[in-house]
Amino acid sequence: MAEPSAWSPYAAVLASRMRAQLSYPTGFALDVMGSLLIAVTEFGEVWVIFHNVHVLGGLTFDAVLVLFGLSNLGFGTADLLFGHLDTLPVFIRAGTLDAFYLRPLPVLTQLMTSELDLRRIARMVVFAITLVVGLRLSHVSWNLHNFALVTISVVFGTVIFCALFVCAASLQFFLINAPELTNSFTYGGSYASSQPAAIFPTPLKLLFGFLVPVVFTGYLPTLALLHLPGPELLPAWLAWLTPVAALWVWLVALVLWRWGTRHYQGGGG
Amino acid sequence: MPPDLRTYLKLVRAGFARQANYRLAMLAGLATNLVFGFVRAAILFAAVRSAGGTLAGYTAGTISSYVWLSQGLIGAIELSGSAEIGDRVRTGDVAIDFTRPVDLQTWHLAEDMGRAAYTLIPRGLPSVLVGALTVGLVLPRTPLPYLLGVLSIVLGVAISFYARYAVNILGFWLLDTRGVRTVYLVTCTFLAGLYVPVSLFPTWLHTLAYLTPFPSILQTPINVISGRDLGVDAVADISMQVIWVAVVCMVGRVLTSAGRRKLVVQGG
Amino acid sequence: MNEAVIDIEDLTRTFSVKRRGADGRRRRSTLAAVDAVTFRVLPGESVGYIGANGAGKSTTIKMLCGILVPTSGRVRTCGLDPLKNRRDLARRIGVVFGQRSQLWWDLPLRESFSILAAIHRLDAATAGRRTAQLVDQLEMRPTLDVPVRQLSLGQRMRAEIAAALLHSPELLILDEPTIGLDVVSKARLREFLISERASRGTTLLLTTHDMGDIERLCERVLVVDHGRLAYDGTLPGLATTVGAQRVLVVDLMQPRPDLLGIPGTTHLGAEADGLRQRLGFDAAATTAADVLAAVASHAEIRDLSIEEPDIEDVVRRIYQSMG
Repeated sequence: MAEPSAWSPYAAVLASRMRAQLSYPTGFALDVMGSLLIAVTEFGEVWVIFHNVHVLGGLTFDAVLVLFGLSNLGFGTADLLFGHLDTLPVFIRAGTLDAFYLRPLPVLTQLMTSELDLRRIARMVVFAITLVVGLRLSHVSWNLHNFALVTISVVFGTVIFCALFVCAASLQFFLINAPELTNSFTYGGSYASSQPAAIFPTPLKLLFGFLVPVVFTGYLPTLALLHLPGPELLPAWLAWLTPVAALWVWLVALVLWRWGTRHYQGGGG
Repeated sequence: MPPDLRTYLKLVRAGFARQANYRLAMLAGLATNLVFGFVRAAILFAAVRSAGGTLAGYTAGTISSYVWLSQGLIGAIELSGSAEIGDRVRTGDVAIDFTRPVDLQTWHLAEDMGRAAYTLIPRGLPSVLVGALTVGLVLPRTPLPYLLGVLSIVLGVAISFYARYAVNILGFWLLDTRGVRTVYLVTCTFLAGLYVPVSLFPTWLHTLAYLTPFPSILQTPINVISGRDLGVDAVADISMQVIWVAVVCMVGRVLTSAGRRKLVVQGG
Repeated sequence: MNEAVIDIEDLTRTFSVKRRGADGRRRRSTLAAVDAVTFRVLPGESVGYIGANGAGKSTTIKMLCGILVPTSGRVRTCGLDPLKNRRDLARRIGVVFGQRSQLWWDLPLRESFSILAAIHRLDAATAGRRTAQLVDQLEMRPTLDVPVRQLSLGQRMRAEIAAALLHSPELLILDEPTIGLDVVSKARLREFLISERASRGTTLLLTTHDMGDIERLCERVLVVDHGRLAYDGTLPGLATTVGAQRVLVVDLMQPRPDLLGIPGTTHLGAEADGLRQRLGFDAAATTAADVLAAVASHAEIRDLSIEEPDIEDVVRRIYQSMG
C-alpha cells in the first residue's frame, strides 16, 4: 500500500483552513473588502504625495507604481502564508505549540502551515494590478531579462518577508508580553520596502539595504527594470542578488528560531 | 468638589494606573513608532525637497515636527477602533454597567483619558525627543501654542473616544462589529492625517476630510501645538474641535439610549 | 524486548522564580519542580502518577516528551532521548493533556482524524480501520461531523484519547484525563482504556487527582510531593502504608444516635440530628459492601455515598510517615 507523501499532512491542514474560511462567505467577503480598503489607503498615501510633487527619490509616479506593486506583492504573499507567525504568544497560551512538539514533524513547518489568511488575496490582486499598470506606463518591454527580473523579485521578495516573519516568531519566545516589538521590522520593513530608498539617509539605507534587506523586494528591481542607476550604496545591478539577500535573512531566521526554541524548551515560556 | 466630578477623576486615575501593567508593550510600541517615524520623515523630507523647499506651507523643519508629533500621539488617540465597551456589548455584560449610577459613556471617557495620558510618557514624549535629537524639528518658542496644544490634544482624544464608542455601540445591532471597525480604522487613520498631512490632500479630498471629525483628532492638535496654526487660527481650530466633540458625543448618546431600550425590550 | 518504556534517572528540573522576600526586596530563588526523580516503567505496565497541584507531574511529562529540557539527570522514553529524537519518539507515544486540546477546534472531528492520519503517515487502509475501531469503541460516531469546539467535555476527552491512539503508540500518557467529567463518562473512559490495554498491551502513564482512576486503571502508583518521589508501589500498599480511610456517608430514613461500634469503622461525625452519619474505614481491612451491610442491619438507609481518600490527604500522610 502506497504511503502518503510527506506533504500530505501540511496539505491537509492548509486545505482545511481554506475550507474553514470560505465556509462563512458573507463574513469572508466583508473581510476581503476591508483588506482591499486598507491596500487602497496605503497606496493613497503615495498618490497624495505625487499629487504635490512629480518626482520622489528619483522616481516618477509610474515608476513608483512598479515599486509599490513589486514590494507589496511580495509582502502580501508572505503575509497570506505566514502572517500568523508573529502571533506566537497566542499559540503558546493555547497549548498549540506544545501540541506541535508532540507530532512527528518539525515544529517550525507545523507553525508555518497551521494557518493561512485568504483575505490577503485582495491586497495581492490590487498590487498585482498596480505592478502591471506601472510596467505598462513605464514602457517596460516584456523580454526575457525583464520577465526573469520580475519573477525573481516577487518570488525572493516573498521569501525575504517570510524570513522576517520567522524572525518575528523566534524573537517572540523572548517577548511574550510585548510581541508587538516585532512589528518594527515586519510591518516597518514592509513600509520601507515600498519607498524609493534613495530618500533614506545612510543609516536607513544600510538598515533596509543589508540588515533587513527589504530594498531588494521592490526598489532595486524597479531601478533595474527602468534602467535607472540608483544611489551610491544601492546600485541597480544588486537587484540580481535578491536570492543572496533571501539566503542571508533565512540563515538569520533559522539561527534565531533555534535560539528561541532552546529558550522555550529551557523553561522560558 | 461635587461627588460626580470626584468619581470621574478617580476613573481617570484608574485608567492611568491600569496602563502601568502594559509598560513593556508600550516600549514595543515606541520602537515601532520610531522606525515608522524615520521612514516617514525620509519620505516627507524628500517630498519637500522635490517641491523646492516648501510644500503646502511646510518646510523640512515643520514637516519633521508633524511626523514626530503624529508618531508620538498615535498611542494616545488609539485609532484602532476597538474599545472595551465593544467587548462588554458583545458579551452582554453591558447590562450590568447600565445599573451603575455613573453615566456609561462618561465613565468610559474618563478611563480613556487616563489611558491616553499615560501613553504620553513611554511613547509620546520620547518620539518627539528622538526626532528632535536625530533629524531635528522646529517647535514654537512661545508658551501659548503649547498651552492651546495640550487643550487641543485633550479634545482630540475625546473625539477619538466618542467616535470609537459610537462604532462599538453598534454592537447592539450588529452581530460582529469587526467589519465596521476595520472601515472605521482605515478611514479614520487616513483622514486624520496620519499617513500624510491633510494639507497635502487634493482639494476635493481635503473638503471631504473636514466634513468628518477625523482631522480634528490628530491633524488639528498637531497644527496647534506645532505653531502651524497660531492665534486666531488656533482658537478657530479648538472651537471646531469642541463642536465635533459635542456632535460625536451626541451620536453616541442617541445610540446608547436606543441600545438600552433594545436591551430592556429583548431582555438582553 | 524488555527495554524500559520510561527510564528516568535523577531527573531534575529547576526554575528560577522572582519573589518578594520577607524584607520586601525582590529576590531570585530556584524552585525545583522535579527533584532527583528516578523510576522505570516496563512495557505493558499501567502507572498512576499522583500528587498535589504543582507537585511536578506535568513538568515530568513535558520532559518525557521533549517539550522541556531537564536541568540534570537522564531521561529515555521508548529507549530514545526525547530532545534529540523528538520526531521519532512522537511516532511511538500518544499524549493527552486534559486541559488543552490537540484537535483542530473549528473543524469537524472526522477532519482532525484524517489530518492526524496524514501526519503519522498512515496509509488509507490502516487509518480507516483504526479510526473506525476507535470511533466505535468510544461511541463517537454521532459526533464525527461536529466541530470540536461544540463537543461536550466528555466527548472531547474521548476524541482526544482516540486521536492519541490513532497511530497505535507503545506508550499512552494521560495528564488529568477525567477532570471535570461526570461519573458515567469517567466509568466509560476507564473501561475503554482497560480494554485497549488488554488488546494492544499499551503502556499507560496516567496523572490524576481522582483515586477512582487509579483504582480502576493502575497497578502501580507513583506519588510526588514538591518534586520528590515519595512512594512507588501498589495502591493497596499505599493505602495501608498511609492508613488512609475511605468514608461511607449514609443518609438514614430516621434520625438515629451515632452509629458507633460498626466493626472496622471509625465514627467520624453526624449531621442533622443523626440523619446523616459518616463512617471511616480502612480500605485494606474491609470493603464498602461489608460496612454497608453492617449499617443496614442497624438502621434503614435512604441514600449513601462514598468519599475516597483525598489525594492531598494521602500525600500529606506519606510525607509525614516518611519523616
